[in-house]
Amino acid sequence: MASNEKFNFAQNVAEALADSQLRANFRFATDTLIQRRSTVFASPEETNFLRDVGSSMKKDVLANLPDLLEKFEAQCTKNGIVVHWAETAKDANEIILEILNENSAEKVVKGKSMASEEIHLNSYLEEHDKEVVETDFGEFIIQLCGEPPSHIIVPAVHKNRKQIAEVLAEHIEGMEYTEDVDIMLANVRSTLREHFKTADAGISGVNFGIAETGTLCLVENEGNGRMCTTVPPLHIALMGIEKLVENVEDIPAIYRLLCGSATGQRITTYFNMISGPRKKGERDGPKQVHLVLLDNGRSKIMNDPQLGDVLKCIRCGTCLNHCPVFTRIGGHAYGSTYPGPIGEILVPQIEGLDPKGAIASASTLCDACAEACPVRIPIPELIRRMRDESYGNADPSKVALSGYKRSCVESMVWRGWQWSQTSPVMNKMMLKGLALFGKWIPKVGPLKAWMSVRSKPQFGKNSLKDLVKKEGVRHE
Amino acid sequence: MKKDSANKTPVYFFGTCLADMMYAESAMAAIRLIEREGYEVIFPMEQSCCGQPAYNSGFPDEAREVAWKQVEIFSKHDYPIVVPSGSCAGMMKVHYPKLFKDSPDLFIVKRFSERVVELTTFLHQYANAQYVDKGAPIKATWHSSCHAMREANCIEDSKALLSQLSNVELIELERERECCGFGGTFSIKQPEISGAMVSDKVADVVATGASVVLSGDAGCLMNITGHMDKENISVKGQHIAEFIWERING
Ligand code: SF4
Repeated sequence: MASNEKFNFAQNVAEALADSQLRANFRFATDTLIQRRSTVFASPEETNFLRDVGSSMKKDVLANLPDLLEKFEAQCTKNGIVVHWAETAKDANEIILEILNENSAEKVVKGKSMASEEIHLNSYLEEHDKEVVETDFGEFIIQLCGEPPSHIIVPAVHKNRKQIAEVLAEHIEGMEYTEDVDIMLANVRSTLREHFKTADAGISGVNFGIAETGTLCLVENEGNGRMCTTVPPLHIALMGIEKLVENVEDIPAIYRLLCGSATGQRITTYFNMISGPRKKGERDGPKQVHLVLLDNGRSKIMNDPQLGDVLKCIRCGTCLNHCPVFTRIGGHAYGSTYPGPIGEILVPQIEGLDPKGAIASASTLCDACAEACPVRIPIPELIRRMRDESYGNADPSKVALSGYKRSCVESMVWRGWQWSQTSPVMNKMMLKGLALFGKWIPKVGPLKAWMSVRSKPQFGKNSLKDLVKKEGVRHE
Repeated sequence: MKKDSANKTPVYFFGTCLADMMYAESAMAAIRLIEREGYEVIFPMEQSCCGQPAYNSGFPDEAREVAWKQVEIFSKHDYPIVVPSGSCAGMMKVHYPKLFKDSPDLFIVKRFSERVVELTTFLHQYANAQYVDKGAPIKATWHSSCHAMREANCIEDSKALLSQLSNVELIELERERECCGFGGTFSIKQPEISGAMVSDKVADVVATGASVVLSGDAGCLMNITGHMDKENISVKGQHIAEFIWERING
């Protein structure tokens, strides 16, 4: 991927940490989102039960995915939705462009869709002379700035109110600087209204596709999603193949998990269930609905029982909010469509480990993400797997470009460590060595890194084993 | 070698590699606390590390070798294995079975893992330890290690023990559930992020006004006190075992 050429995680991290405003913005936002989530999920028993339901629901879907997709396609077709299959990001972009071209559609309004970010749809369409307008408030702001989203739920979360006010004053004609949220929203709304009226097509994502009925569900709060999918004559929906649920009955639980985890709401302001184009005699709705089903590496991921867990993800973003690393460095540092914990386990699988495997090092494995994930993805375990794969030590290695980090020095260090921890003689020598010479270890490499913010470790004169003997604890 | 051991229930003690390198006194205090409850502590001399450093760094084979060594050493008897660290206890309890999931020795490993118990859980739940505080009044704060909280599930036990110390005023951190930024090799692989995290943690500690920060995990303590030392902050850091041992012995 072109953007990878410039990807330098260490540099991104350093820049992000140096930006105190950015850190303050993220801290404020993630604190707020965590707090809101906790009010909706106040009862641990109920929440954990719900998470069990969500987890097994998604597990079942993945176990039967090929069959369910066939059923889904048949039902959608029956409903009048035209279904397209896209194996790669490139295929998806081309299919969407072709649909637009066939309908002479030049201007597109878009609802928020991470899948469209994943395939870099906007830049592709713009390269082909289409006008694309993001209509989610956050997406609208970052589009004005030419930036990618920094969070999968709140794309402009890296900006505070003042910064947003500045962006709007700069870009919206006739608008003066104001920090009054209502005035800002009113201005954006009237700007967007014009775009909705004049757009030739609307593009949206899909939160859940219901296999049994061929229904596309869209969860949103601003009503822009509904406008995108109902006002223009042409609606194109883009959906990752894993986003299925089996039945309508599955919706309440998974919907509640998504809203509660994402924004701390019981329900969102809008919940759209799209079941086809305008029917004969109906007075509104799009004349055509197309659904593009995106694989982009997913069916390969699914083949490995451990890696496949990542496909349970419902993109709620709560693992980002709960991640102490994300909170410090923000979303852009990851240089990827999906930042934070979910990004660490998904992006290297989609794009390959080199260079994006580096983001899997940005975790203390504190488990805060797994504790919050609504579908119980064992995120830290998958982060470990990414690390194993990076060194080519997974058995068998399955992620693209595995082993890219393999280094003789590091392998030897760990071999040596293993020796010192399995041979009592070596262990004793190592401990003696540290006790005697520890204070003279030169301040280079790992010790230098440690000492950048900490004083030098003080190795004890006695090891525990020495003390145990001295103090007469029974040993064997 | 065998001291007066008549009728005492034997328990194994796994001291952790950090105790060997830097925290021997804390681990010794832990042993004394267990003995105080009438148990006989048995310390296998060939023990070393739980294997977590390699396990978390992309070297599962090396981790497995080291883990197997511990399993072997501690499987001569079916005694409980007390561990003065939520993180190492979590590794041995939760992760060993995963590490050996494809191994014919899995059942041996599982039997081992079932016997692992974190120190404060052992003292509180198994031994029902009762303490009388003989120390001067003191303000203390508590840092929960992530794996103590989320894997070993021992924080309530740790706090229950501390609450018995009548002269200790425990002031909670504002962000008790947030990681201190140690993360083992994370602290040297991502030193800048780790540094940002530990400096926030220390600010939180200082804001409590406590004169000592306690934890059940030496790794977190090494991280937090290392930063406090560098910044010339006079708050002390101490392992819960050593703290309790000092308080009850006046
Ligand atoms: S991994 Fe879990 S917590 Fe993170 S976005 Fe996906 S569903 Fe949400």
